[in-house]
Amino acid sequence: MEEIYDSPLKLHSISMHDEYKDSTHFLGLAEIEDYSSCGMSLRLFLLTLVPTKINLGVGAYRDDEGKPVVLQCVKEAEAKIAGCDFLESVSSAVSSKLVEESVKLVYGKNSDIIKEGRFAGVQALSGTGACRLFAEFQRRFYPESQIYMTDPTWSNHHNIWRDALVPERTFHYYHPDSKGLDFSALLDDVKNAPDGSFFLLHPCAHNPTGVDPTEEQWREISYLFKVKNHFPFFDMAYQGFASGDLDRDARSIQIFVEDGNVIGCAQSFAKNMGLYGHRVGCLNVLCNDAKQAVAIKSQLQQIARAMYSSPPIHGILLVSGILSDPNMKALWVKEVKAMANRIQSLRTTLRKSLEQLSSPLNWEHITNQVGMFCFSGLTPEQVDRLLREFHIYMTLDGRMSMAGVTTGNVSYLANAIHEVTKFG
Amino acid sequence: MAPPDPILGVSEAFRADTDVKKLNLGVGAYRTEELQPYVLDVVKKAENLMLERGENKEYLAIEGLAAFNKATAELLFGADNPVIKQQRVATVQGLSGTGSLRLAAAFIERYFPGAQVLISSPTWGNHKNIFNDARVPWSEYRYYDPKTVGLDFEGMISDIKAAPEGSFILLHGCAHNPTGIDPTPEQWEKISDVIQEKNHIPFFDVAYQGFASGSLDADASSVRLFAARGMELFIAQSYSKNLGLYAERIGAINVVCSSADAAARVKSQLKRIARPMYSNPSCSRLSAKDKSGKDWSFILKQIGMFSFTGLNKTQSENMTNKWHVYLTKDGRISLAGLSLAKCEYLADAIIDSYHNKFCNNVHWYYIPVSFDWILDLGSWILDCTNPS
Repeated sequence: MEEIYDSPLKLHSISMHDEYKDSTHFLGLAEIEDYSSCGMSLRLFLLTLVPTKINLGVGAYRDDEGKPVVLQCVKEAEAKIAGCDFLESVSSAVSSKLVEESVKLVYGKNSDIIKEGRFAGVQALSGTGACRLFAEFQRRFYPESQIYMTDPTWSNHHNIWRDALVPERTFHYYHPDSKGLDFSALLDDVKNAPDGSFFLLHPCAHNPTGVDPTEEQWREISYLFKVKNHFPFFDMAYQGFASGDLDRDARSIQIFVEDGNVIGCAQSFAKNMGLYGHRVGCLNVLCNDAKQAVAIKSQLQQIARAMYSSPPIHGILLVSGILSDPNMKALWVKEVKAMANRIQSLRTTLRKSLEQLSSPLNWEHITNQVGMFCFSGLTPEQVDRLLREFHIYMTLDGRMSMAGVTTGNVSYLANAIHEVTKFG
Repeated sequence: MAPPDPILGVSEAFRADTDVKKLNLGVGAYRTEELQPYVLDVVKKAENLMLERGENKEYLAIEGLAAFNKATAELLFGADNPVIKQQRVATVQGLSGTGSLRLAAAFIERYFPGAQVLISSPTWGNHKNIFNDARVPWSEYRYYDPKTVGLDFEGMISDIKAAPEGSFILLHGCAHNPTGIDPTPEQWEKISDVIQEKNHIPFFDVAYQGFASGSLDADASSVRLFAARGMELFIAQSYSKNLGLYAERIGAINVVCSSADAAARVKSQLKRIARPMYSNPSCSRLSAKDKSGKDWSFILKQIGMFSFTGLNKTQSENMTNKWHVYLTKDGRISLAGLSLAKCEYLADAIIDSYHNKFCNNVHWYYIPVSFDWILDLGSWILDCTNPS
């Protein structure tokens, strides 16, 4: 007979973390994706049987039918590696290949940095994993440091640095009135931060606002960073989605490097290669020389070893396969551009539709903002109305994932937004 | 003179046999004849199926694939176990054993501040790194006795007793790494006694379920013993070795709680810890449904290199004496030692032994799935040997 002992160890007193509640009472939805930025709204979305529902919650690319996409280059890469035996852990040759090809996307393929081996690079568990490795590294080697994050930033950034025990601060970024960049306040914050501070920057396609500095503005920021000896850490999760051009989207990083800044960069292949579930990314830190690079790399590997030992190999093989084959890489570049173009054209359509409905509000920001997200400026009440009356789902801060907009639903969306905003 | 080892003795006898038809199905070896690691064909097949179906690559939930979590907990406890039926297990997919251990360590650090983990001396090298990085204090309990080349049981019990109340005791579910020495069932009972006495929490690292004895259930008996006592416990699982999925980082952390409600809450907090580490776990090779809808992901339940043929001692002896097929006296065969060419020969041997020697029932414990065709072989043999 089984007895349940009254455990003195208080597992029973653990509270529920609301954001991560299981929707176990929603039958048949056991495999719901859960993103903390819109957890409950996504569950409700899947529950709704209304055909006009629109999910603008999560930053994952969808085609014009609202379906997830496996890129053609990925399918080709899968076919190539199918049947390969890769039982043992990631060999160092494979990891080096992935890292080498990834950093070319950051620094440019002919960069001296790569030729001279002046970077410490490790593969990582997508963007989250790369950020976390860096955050842990930051705490270990710069224990007194803090991290400055844009206001606002991706919600998980706060969790990552907090769990790594690095205190955070914010700096001005988004201007709610202009729905653009609050550039002068940003510069002030950078100036006023203590010399040698760590900053978390989005090099392109800012999440959640879609607001990116212009090239000129980046130059000013970079110059200031050099003067203040700040350390910029770039989280590049949407390379290719801002302009459609991978090189152009990395321009901001290259400006900082040209100015002599020492930088770090997290890369994710979740969105631009559609490899969300495979958790492939890369972390690299610029170093003074190859020797320092070896040392820093070993430290990063040590951190990874105590967290998960080694990363899942499948995604690594896909990415390195695609990037190292000129034909597959060319195909990928085209597919990224196509994804970016589709989003761009729907931005235009949405804005035009709202203007044609004689909306009293200014919707320029829909096309001014870039990347996957539009920071609509909708209030929480308006977002709630969109949910309840129109079955349109987005995060409470009014962030819309434009990837969820299709030619089929854009009119419905425009009408709905107009309905909830027409009285100002 | 000690009797020959029931498993290794078989290999010795095999080696001494000069008959050309001989077959060694005694010991579980997972290398090919060229001493290469063996990719489970079923894993390859599952992957091909996934390719054909064009499975997408969307994010998994933070806790991983629900079907996998269900299957992995059932593998550990048995589907009929009360802890499963009462939904008292919080299961979150982790990045193999390391990742699962790290989730647990972070959970301990957050919710049991100051609690320490006791690890065996010696233990797997990475255990210390994991607890260090998670900032969980640890100390060691005596385990290996070099003098006896066995378990220092008294030392182990004594050290567990001496630890501050409410410590976490890291135990290897089976196939202790690196010593290979496991407590006996009686010793597990006593270990469980002292853990309960001191209000410690048992924390199992299960990286070799199926490898120690060849039986998935037998290898989980230590964990099940503790669960049967109604204790709260933590279990980290890894599928690196037993499914050959080392490179894919497949594992899980399970926490057995006192109620389904507590399990739901614990699970939410484990997810809270996972999200800022890697957001969600790896999707590769976890699930595969073929075109007919048959779900191959439950191969996890069927893994094993071994099969109990159900032949009794007399019949097993016939297998060896007449057919030169070497297997253990309990009728267990290791299919790792079988090749396609010898399949028919084996079938002949089994049929002859069954029909021509006395036996009551033939029943299969489970069907091993190292090769696709073994499934077919198994069904065929069943058909042949099933008295109908």
